[in-house]
Amino acid sequence: MSLTKRDWQSITLSAVLLAVAACLPLTGDAYMLSIGITIAMYAVLATSWALFSGPTHYISLATAAFFGLGTYTTAIGIENGLNYWVTLPIAAILGAVLAALVGLATLRLSGVYFVIFTLGLAELVRQVVTWGQNVSGQKGLYVLTDITEVHIYWQLLVLAGIVYLTGWAIGRSRLGFALRIIGDDEEVARHSGINTSRAKILLFMVSGATAAVVGSMLAPRYIYIEPALAFTPMLSFLVVIMALLGGTGRLWGPLVGVIPFTLLWEAISASFPNQTTLLLGLSFLVIVYLLPRGFVGLIESSKRKLREREAFA
Amino acid sequence: MDILITGLLLGGTYALIAMGLNLQYGMARIMNLANGEFLVAGGFAAFWFYTAGKVSPLLTIFIVAPLAFLLNWLIYVVMLRPLVRRAKSHGQLEVDAILTTFGLAFVSVGIMLALFGGDYFSYSYLARPITLIGDTYALNRVTAAVAAVIICGGLWLWLTRTRAGMSIRAIAVDPKNARLVGIDVPKLSALAFALGGAVTAVGGALISTFLTLDASTGVMFTLKALVIVIMGGVGDVRGTIVAALLLGILETFVATLIDPGLTLAAAYLLFVLILLFRPQGLFGRRTT
Repeated sequence: MSLTKRDWQSITLSAVLLAVAACLPLTGDAYMLSIGITIAMYAVLATSWALFSGPTHYISLATAAFFGLGTYTTAIGIENGLNYWVTLPIAAILGAVLAALVGLATLRLSGVYFVIFTLGLAELVRQVVTWGQNVSGQKGLYVLTDITEVHIYWQLLVLAGIVYLTGWAIGRSRLGFALRIIGDDEEVARHSGINTSRAKILLFMVSGATAAVVGSMLAPRYIYIEPALAFTPMLSFLVVIMALLGGTGRLWGPLVGVIPFTLLWEAISASFPNQTTLLLGLSFLVIVYLLPRGFVGLIESSKRKLREREAFA
Repeated sequence: MDILITGLLLGGTYALIAMGLNLQYGMARIMNLANGEFLVAGGFAAFWFYTAGKVSPLLTIFIVAPLAFLLNWLIYVVMLRPLVRRAKSHGQLEVDAILTTFGLAFVSVGIMLALFGGDYFSYSYLARPITLIGDTYALNRVTAAVAAVIICGGLWLWLTRTRAGMSIRAIAVDPKNARLVGIDVPKLSALAFALGGAVTAVGGALISTFLTLDASTGVMFTLKALVIVIMGGVGDVRGTIVAALLLGILETFVATLIDPGLTLAAAYLLFVLILLFRPQGLFGRRTT
């Protein structure tokens, strides 16, 4: 596994971009920082979502379940005297375990079962948590830490760096290769000796653990946590839209969708808060009918056209 | 006993909704995640007619059904047929259909929110007690269940006794080979999809007589219907009815004895058990 010149170029470029992004808090603008956190959060979630769903075409709608799991892990951990930093790896492990359980139940079967199962997973966990709170008589949880917005932002950037590195490493590994074959034709993959369920479950675990850690990191931002907030299903849908809008064919694809969509979403939620569901629906339709391969597909086909035109000229 | 009958009554209505989804997913081969929204729309229509004109929900279904049929037929022909044509594989069609119907679901929720607002809506129709075998039940639940049984029975007769019904079942078994025996697959798929939508909307009108709905509850019903269809075996009418009754009983059981907030958890428990032990459904045959 040796790195080519191109690899070094992209690594350096990504590092520089991350460093530039890390300077955002220096502007001192609280609104910019708040948007920055949202973008960083969705960038991590959408990229880790695409790590699994991009090559396999299995649409996971469970992001909110993992996110909420992480949030609750941190909240309960801190309440019981754990250090904040200890709760992050615990959240990662719990997220991976939940993903493994879901994967074991559904990923051995066809993709539809997986979609349906993940669609209700957040709601399921929410109902169980609410029930647990009713039984124990507790309503919500306070997360009181000395972590500020700037810290959250930087943590998310570090996590983004880790996710990109992981995604890049997976793409070069046997696992990544196996997943691309599964995405092309699962039957072929099975016949060439790939343990398809194992490969899918492993990657889904990576994706689930990442979402759980993001939830953990954002817990201090909310201060007060209740099930309806931590397990909001909207989060799962937004992540799917952003990732598909950007395009899942490339590692940087989801980011291209995250930035414009977050800004659009913020604008719409601010001025027409009742029309967000409509926007969500229309975005799905736009993706299917107009941008089946996302912005990445658009960029690449226009590049190809340009090249062809040059070749003819 | 009390739980059993309440569960059966609920299950009867579930059977109707799941039949609608089964026609769409099992027969027309489109995973329609907007199914629950049509249910809510049917419920809204019943609510509106009842509060505005005192029209009985049992009559409203005769307006709801043709409207939903037409709308679903249009959706299939305009939006879904191009996807069926463009899909290179069954997997791709599935992904496209899921995303499209999901989009449709959100669009319809958005429209309903804009039209009716986000409040819960309910009305009191036939909210009288009725005594069955020593226990009392709400008359509206019994009426809805009876209506559901009649409609389900009619559908079953249509599917098993008529030529169109038989053709549709042939498509459910094998859409490719159905063409070889002269079945007009595109036309009948559209018909099955539209009929499924109409059945679901009627189910919604019936359910609104005893459940409180709001614009965004559709997805819960979609999930339950999906669990029922998968549990009964995709494309299997008999399995759907049995699974719906089972789910109705289990839900009532959990809601009465443990916590009413755990109904989805109960449905999921069934779902997981089915996926682990009988992924082909209760009566389904294992595919090779």
